[in-house]
Amino acid sequence: MPKVPGLVKGLGVTFGEMVKTLKEGPQTTRYPHEREEPAPRARGVISLYEENCTACMLCARECPDWCIFIEAHKYLAPPRREGGKPRQKNALDRFDIDFSLCMYCGICVEVCPFEALFWSPEHEYSEVRIADLLHDKSRLGQWMQTVPDFESYEAGSEAKVKKVPR
Amino acid sequence: MLGGDPLLSGDIDLAVVLIVLLKVVVVFALLLVATMFMIWWERKIIGDLQNRIGPNTAGPFGLFQTFADGVKFFFKEDLLPDRAQRRVFILAPLLTVVPAFLLFCIVPFGGDFANGANGTVELFGHETYLQLADPPVGILFALAMSSVAVYGVMLAGWSSGSKYPLLGSVRASAQMVSYEAALGLSVCAVVLTTGTLSTHGMVVHQAGDGWGSFIPNWNLLAAGIVPFVVFLIASQAELNRPPFDLVEAEQELVGGYHTEYSSIRFALFFVAEFMNSVTMGAIIVTLFLGGPAGPAPWGPGWLWGVGWFLLKLLVFLFVFVWIRGTLPRVRYDQLMDLGWKVLIPISLGWLLVLATFHVARDQHWNGVVVALVGAAIGLTFFGLLRFAIATSKARRLEGVVD
Repeated sequence: MPKVPGLVKGLGVTFGEMVKTLKEGPQTTRYPHEREEPAPRARGVISLYEENCTACMLCARECPDWCIFIEAHKYLAPPRREGGKPRQKNALDRFDIDFSLCMYCGICVEVCPFEALFWSPEHEYSEVRIADLLHDKSRLGQWMQTVPDFESYEAGSEAKVKKVPR
Repeated sequence: MLGGDPLLSGDIDLAVVLIVLLKVVVVFALLLVATMFMIWWERKIIGDLQNRIGPNTAGPFGLFQTFADGVKFFFKEDLLPDRAQRRVFILAPLLTVVPAFLLFCIVPFGGDFANGANGTVELFGHETYLQLADPPVGILFALAMSSVAVYGVMLAGWSSGSKYPLLGSVRASAQMVSYEAALGLSVCAVVLTTGTLSTHGMVVHQAGDGWGSFIPNWNLLAAGIVPFVVFLIASQAELNRPPFDLVEAEQELVGGYHTEYSSIRFALFFVAEFMNSVTMGAIIVTLFLGGPAGPAPWGPGWLWGVGWFLLKLLVFLFVFVWIRGTLPRVRYDQLMDLGWKVLIPISLGWLLVLATFHVARDQHWNGVVVALVGAAIGLTFFGLLRFAIATSKARRLEGVVD
């Protein structure tokens, strides 16, 4: 048998909640009509800073969903100094992320040693056709404009605040 | 005898038949609108209780949400499961919804009861009550109809040919049968106080002035608060509403007895449930809060009656939703314990106490002696009951009795 005082207390709690709702309005954000500010460091979409990518394939290999597709070719760049050997470099042909497979774990962003991948809070990129969720490198590059600057860490943290390449 | 309504006491001519038909249509429409409003009201208030918005798109404040849902139900495919007992399966929703409609017949929803008036209104030259029927059996009719509604639930579960509905309906029949006893006993207390079964008679009895001539003579005070509380709790169980909704516990039974129902047949169950909530609220108002009785300072008295009735009803509908939005569902053994070990003994004991005081008043016995003897006997029985329950619990813990 339920205890009566707790029962009355519960009724009081819900009644207070109703008074709060009637006075201050509900918590609900009516999404298409109103926007909510995404939380700090929100994981909306992954963006690619192409100049930093060396096609090292670490992200593609660490991705649990295998949703990153990278193709690249090698080419010989002119030597830095006069008379030196030509340098071998990787040129990115294809860098696609299939957001229909992605589970937004962020391992690719964590694992990238050259700071080429960043989280953007942008989240309104739904498509009618599922194949359109495959973002190629130009589309991923466009998301770079929406990447916010890193916020400073809590006081006492020794980690350096990274800079977003612009 | 067709009841206390003065409309039917004289010759019955065409005008009388037409007036009765008009009342039928009005009551039917009123009940349907009230049900639609109740569904909207419930969803909106629960939304407020949970800091949400609730329905707000269809019509102003979402008032037409129920209407939109109803239209949708009409256009859905009506599935009839292969393993269902076809005839019973089709009959069951009707067995639920027809008593729900009939139950409202005996509720007086208006009339002038102020200043000793007896609640009649003049309608096309005929005196009549603002209630569809006033049979001499009165409130027994309500109990009978709510018992018939159990059949709808039970047969729906049985005829679906599926496990979850069967479990739901077994729970439903056990629950509704055991709470009907408490319901009936608390109605008995009211009948004992007012001395009539007729709902109209109860309202007339409560319309007079109570103590000090400013406190209303409501049964809530005259019959004591215990029958009222018992009736309120038992009615929630009878309606299968939370916190007693383990008949249709969504998490365990996928909706209970109406799992296999779809389309308009499901809508009938749904409508019946909310209609019963409205009617049960109206019956509580009639039994304990004087129905449409109330002061009528100016203007037509019958309109004030309707106003008082609606106001009291609205309070109860809010309380129903409030209880639903707050309390968690009770477990099955808790439900049975509450019904058999708490509500029935309390209401039975209260009925005996009430009867004793009535007899004592009629026989001019010494009130103090009666109270003392009554208290002594009551305490003895309370102690015995507690002892019996404690013993059975101890035995169960020892594993002597399963």
